[in-house]
Amino acid sequence: MRPAVLTGEYFMTGDVACAEGALAAGCRFFGGYPITPATEVAEHIAGRLPEVGGTFIQMEDEIAAMASIIGASCAGVKSMTSTSGPGFSLMMENIGLAVCTETPCVVVNVQRAGPSTGLPTQGAQGDMMQARWGSHGHYEIIALAPSSPQEIFYLTVEAFNLSETYRSPVLVMTDEMIGHLSERVVIPEAKKIKTVSRPRPKGSKARFKPFEPGPSGVAPMASAGEGYHIHVTGLTHDQRGYPVMTVETQEAMMAQIMGKIQRNLDDIIRIEEYRLEDAEFVIVSYGVSARTSLAAVDEARELGIKAGLLRLITVWPFPEARIRSLAKRVRGLVTVEINLGQIHLEVERCAAGQAPSLLVGHPGGTIIPPGRVVEALQEFSRGGV
Amino acid sequence: MNQPRKQETHPLDGLLRVDRIPHIWCPGCGIGTAFSASLIAMRESGIDLEKTVMVSGIGCSGRGAGYVNLDSYHTTHGRAIPFATGMKLAKPELNVVVFSGDGDLFAIGGNHFIHAARRNVDLTVVCVNNFNYGMTGGQVAATTPINARTTTTPAGNPDGPFNLPLLAYASGATYVARWTILHTRELMESIQEALLNRGFSFVEILSPCPINYGRRNKESGIASLKIYQDKTIIRNDARPWELEIDFDRGIVLGKFIETERPTCTDRYDSTCRPKELLEGEKTLE
Repeated sequence: MRPAVLTGEYFMTGDVACAEGALAAGCRFFGGYPITPATEVAEHIAGRLPEVGGTFIQMEDEIAAMASIIGASCAGVKSMTSTSGPGFSLMMENIGLAVCTETPCVVVNVQRAGPSTGLPTQGAQGDMMQARWGSHGHYEIIALAPSSPQEIFYLTVEAFNLSETYRSPVLVMTDEMIGHLSERVVIPEAKKIKTVSRPRPKGSKARFKPFEPGPSGVAPMASAGEGYHIHVTGLTHDQRGYPVMTVETQEAMMAQIMGKIQRNLDDIIRIEEYRLEDAEFVIVSYGVSARTSLAAVDEARELGIKAGLLRLITVWPFPEARIRSLAKRVRGLVTVEINLGQIHLEVERCAAGQAPSLLVGHPGGTIIPPGRVVEALQEFSRGGV
Repeated sequence: MNQPRKQETHPLDGLLRVDRIPHIWCPGCGIGTAFSASLIAMRESGIDLEKTVMVSGIGCSGRGAGYVNLDSYHTTHGRAIPFATGMKLAKPELNVVVFSGDGDLFAIGGNHFIHAARRNVDLTVVCVNNFNYGMTGGQVAATTPINARTTTTPAGNPDGPFNLPLLAYASGATYVARWTILHTRELMESIQEALLNRGFSFVEILSPCPINYGRRNKESGIASLKIYQDKTIIRNDARPWELEIDFDRGIVLGKFIETERPTCTDRYDSTCRPKELLEGEKTLE
């Protein structure tokens, strides 16, 4: 029997590192459904969960997988599922349930090229806007984008921590390239991995209101079977959790769901900057595309173009403030992503005309080679775009 | 003359969220009776109510979870069973009761029903079958009789309904019964048995929907009850494939299946858990 935290050095794929990150974070329930290229996350954790006291179940579809992890989380157990585009589409309604009922859970999307069945075995980054807006209604969501198997390990831990802190579903938006890439992964000792659990109720059970924010702005969460007699609904509800079909209740509930994320952007948003100090052209990228962009920065510098990289580790909520401040002082922004312009639109919105914005995109199935990014930077620096 | 004693409380007050009354159910609707029978059964069965959870989907019966003063979850349309499955497997000590309607459990949620029954997840599923979608104003359901009129079958329903006990039996349920809201005593006993049965237990409750179904099919609320009285036969040994609802030939009620087989959790533990982990748990006890 192996421990939950497999301390050591490994050569492992992103999908396996993701599963190990979940276990290290305290995930003890996984409801899954097979789909390329995310299957290996489920396969790996299916073998691991029973030996650490957890439970794996392969549900009948992704709708059920998503519903099951919300049920498990409401029972007090940290839970996760993993999928790719078609399954992500099926999970959308219940992701909204998790948002509305403020239920922590983690959804991993190992992205492949779409639309529809698309290119099942070939990667893309085409679900970034779906991650933001895919469930109906308006809401805030947290989405992280790892760039390596090592990072997917850490960001899966982070995803659980953010999910528990803010009582919100958190999306790990990786891609087939990272999911299937084998690299060195170091898993630290268990005591060096910080894990966070949801705020818990204190005091009178009779007076407890399941959606009344605590000092952190997030409501403490009671689990099923603890004697709090809570009611939880996807209908618009008040702090007691009771459905109340009024405009005022909708406004108050939305302010709570949106506010707990919007008030904590500094805690949630993680970015990484490379050679940005004197950069005239800034590449904005994430996931596998940030790796090719990193090479492009160095190549462009050798050609005399002052390029730098802003790597988005948190994609949602969007790091607006940093893009705005950069747009004020640089000559151009280049977004590199394997879709035909999704995060690019956000960059353009935040640049607000202060700096020109360019997309280096691709419809999916392959990475964007550094050469294409360098060519775009050259064009841009000559003023040709 | 004796004045009737003024009753300030309801016998189920402790189990009801009285601050949410009045409920949304229409006059003549049978869900209240089905709901009361479920609550009484929960109380009488002796199960630990602090460890008992009600999960509902969407629809008129799906509002059940909102009125029970226990941990209760009102989920998405059709997804009460997979939600309940996650909850039960994550915390097996919970008693998880799914209370929902025929449209929720057997049309949009049909796939989840058959798979939870196949796995023998230890859930109690109570289905109020009112033969149509009441919440949205009376549309055709997977349980609507042939030729019945609904708002989406204005010329009559061309399709046939599910035989729900047969579906439950064929999928692997270990307790299967059917009653009507008129048979309250049998119904309460049946739900108690279902709660105490280890495994996937299913109770179908036939229930009138006079406002949306009855009105379009010349069947008042009282007429539905009359049918439940005159046209039903109790046959506990009936074979599941003989349970089609036929209002002319008669409707068979009863407890049709009560059997034992290992639950989803039993099998997961014996098949997937390392032996030393299970033995460790035993010594701890």
